[in-house]
Amino acid sequence: MTLLLSVLEQGMIYAVMALGVYITYKILDFPDLTVDGSFPMGAAITAVLISKDANPLLALLISGLAGAAAGCLTGLIHVKLKVRDLLSGIIMMTALYTVNLRIAGKANLPIYNKDTMFDNGLIRGLIPDQLYPYRTAVILLAVMLAAKYLLDWYMNTSSGYLLRAVGDNDTLLTSLGVNKGLVKIAGLSIANALVALSGSLFAQQQRYFDASMGTGTMVVGLASVIIGISLFQKRSFLRVTSRVAAGAVLYKACVAIAIRYMKSVDLKLVTASLFLVILVLGRERKRKVKECA
Amino acid sequence: MLELKHIKKCYHPGTVNEIRLFEDFSLTVREGEFVTVVGSNGSGKTSLLNMICGSIDIDGGEILANGRDLARQKDFYRHRKIGRVFQDPQKGTCPSMTILENMSMADRKNKGYGLGRGTDKRKQEPYRRMLRELNLGLEDKLHIQVGALSGGQRQALALLMATMTPIEFLILDEHTAALDPKTADLVMELTERLVKEKRVTTIMVTHNLKYAVEYGTRLLMMHQGQVILDKEGKEKAAVKAGELLSAFHGISMEGNGHLMYSVTS
Repeated sequence: MTLLLSVLEQGMIYAVMALGVYITYKILDFPDLTVDGSFPMGAAITAVLISKDANPLLALLISGLAGAAAGCLTGLIHVKLKVRDLLSGIIMMTALYTVNLRIAGKANLPIYNKDTMFDNGLIRGLIPDQLYPYRTAVILLAVMLAAKYLLDWYMNTSSGYLLRAVGDNDTLLTSLGVNKGLVKIAGLSIANALVALSGSLFAQQQRYFDASMGTGTMVVGLASVIIGISLFQKRSFLRVTSRVAAGAVLYKACVAIAIRYMKSVDLKLVTASLFLVILVLGRERKRKVKECA
Repeated sequence: MLELKHIKKCYHPGTVNEIRLFEDFSLTVREGEFVTVVGSNGSGKTSLLNMICGSIDIDGGEILANGRDLARQKDFYRHRKIGRVFQDPQKGTCPSMTILENMSMADRKNKGYGLGRGTDKRKQEPYRRMLRELNLGLEDKLHIQVGALSGGQRQALALLMATMTPIEFLILDEHTAALDPKTADLVMELTERLVKEKRVTTIMVTHNLKYAVEYGTRLLMMHQGQVILDKEGKEKAAVKAGELLSAFHGISMEGNGHLMYSVTS
């Protein structure tokens, strides 16, 4: 039960990040490696603020804004300085590693015995003892759904339409008199805001920041997106954002099961191998669909 | 009115491949004209359109749209007054979005893309009416993704989207070239109707001499960065596709087979 709960919690934290990766990878068609830096950045900012007894929700908000700024910078490097998409992300990811160390002041910053979103006076007073173990999952569910519905809403605004169009056909945006560079920058900002938000949730749930925690964020995000899109293809009544979120939880569960039979040092190898399997299986399905058609 | 004055354009300057396409090119297109442009490959037709739209920069001269200097404006900014349809039907629409979403997006051109709802329910009926006039059965497919449509359907939709909001110039870059002959005829008829209806100044580049002769109020033939034939009004009406083809034989050995095909189709 505890294991199930922890998988669910972690899965929902990563679901918020996966929504961000969905924007860059699927909508913008931009392989954005910034996420490997913006995820720990959210955690670093949160750990520092919480260790100074700041309001946890404020920490969440500031993390999100910082993530947006990081995404904006990646976008500026790509659009204004005309650096290739992959390289822009790599540059930002590398730079953010130092930035994160500077923010946190050291490579590892625990925040035990501090108030977080999941553990503070208000929650301890409100929630009865029997339900107490489920509070983190419930709060995370609320945050994840809020992020999902907010994204769904945005995608259906006029501005969101442009974002959907820019990855598909950016010539059309020019024809519509819209600066496609700005739309790309906006998309990267929103995506990295979500990723940093997820990093903040992670730090509050795990109660620490670690400089190397961002490594492989992109892989987890991509795996979640691909699982979500290919595995739940037939469940088209589910919005794609819901599918991506479900994909994140499922992926986390797969990793949790795999890691039970291995040592924790094997985590990244398991992560990568699973991702490869998912990539290949996802393609397999696509081919079958084509043959049927 | 669109004026190109003393345009200079050179490709690959300073290399062995240097091509001085335009040395001192001038052209004036008056308000309400429908200009058809023909010419062999490399004659500068598409470059002409790209220079007007800002897809390529000019090396010298000026481009004036109703007196405004376009040459210094960014491409997307120029397009606020320009509607454009490309040869490739995929360029004028967004495949992963529905017809309704595509039309709604085009409808918002120059009105700002804010955080209001992307589609307006009240607009569905007017959109459906516009689609019905195309006679392609698209009026029942408002909620179908554009990627699922045929090339001809997509091109007709692209044309509709390009002319939905008020524009000063309509730029058509071989927009029927990728379509089968029947669909191409249909799209040309639609073009003619929209141009007349909106009274928009239009420049159409085409390889189809029949269309160049049948449609439009003025005909240009280009060769090596120069206008070598310019007919309008009654003079243009008297031009036959066959004459045009002979003119072609006179200037160019390239792509004749293709041109013959265009005439007979």
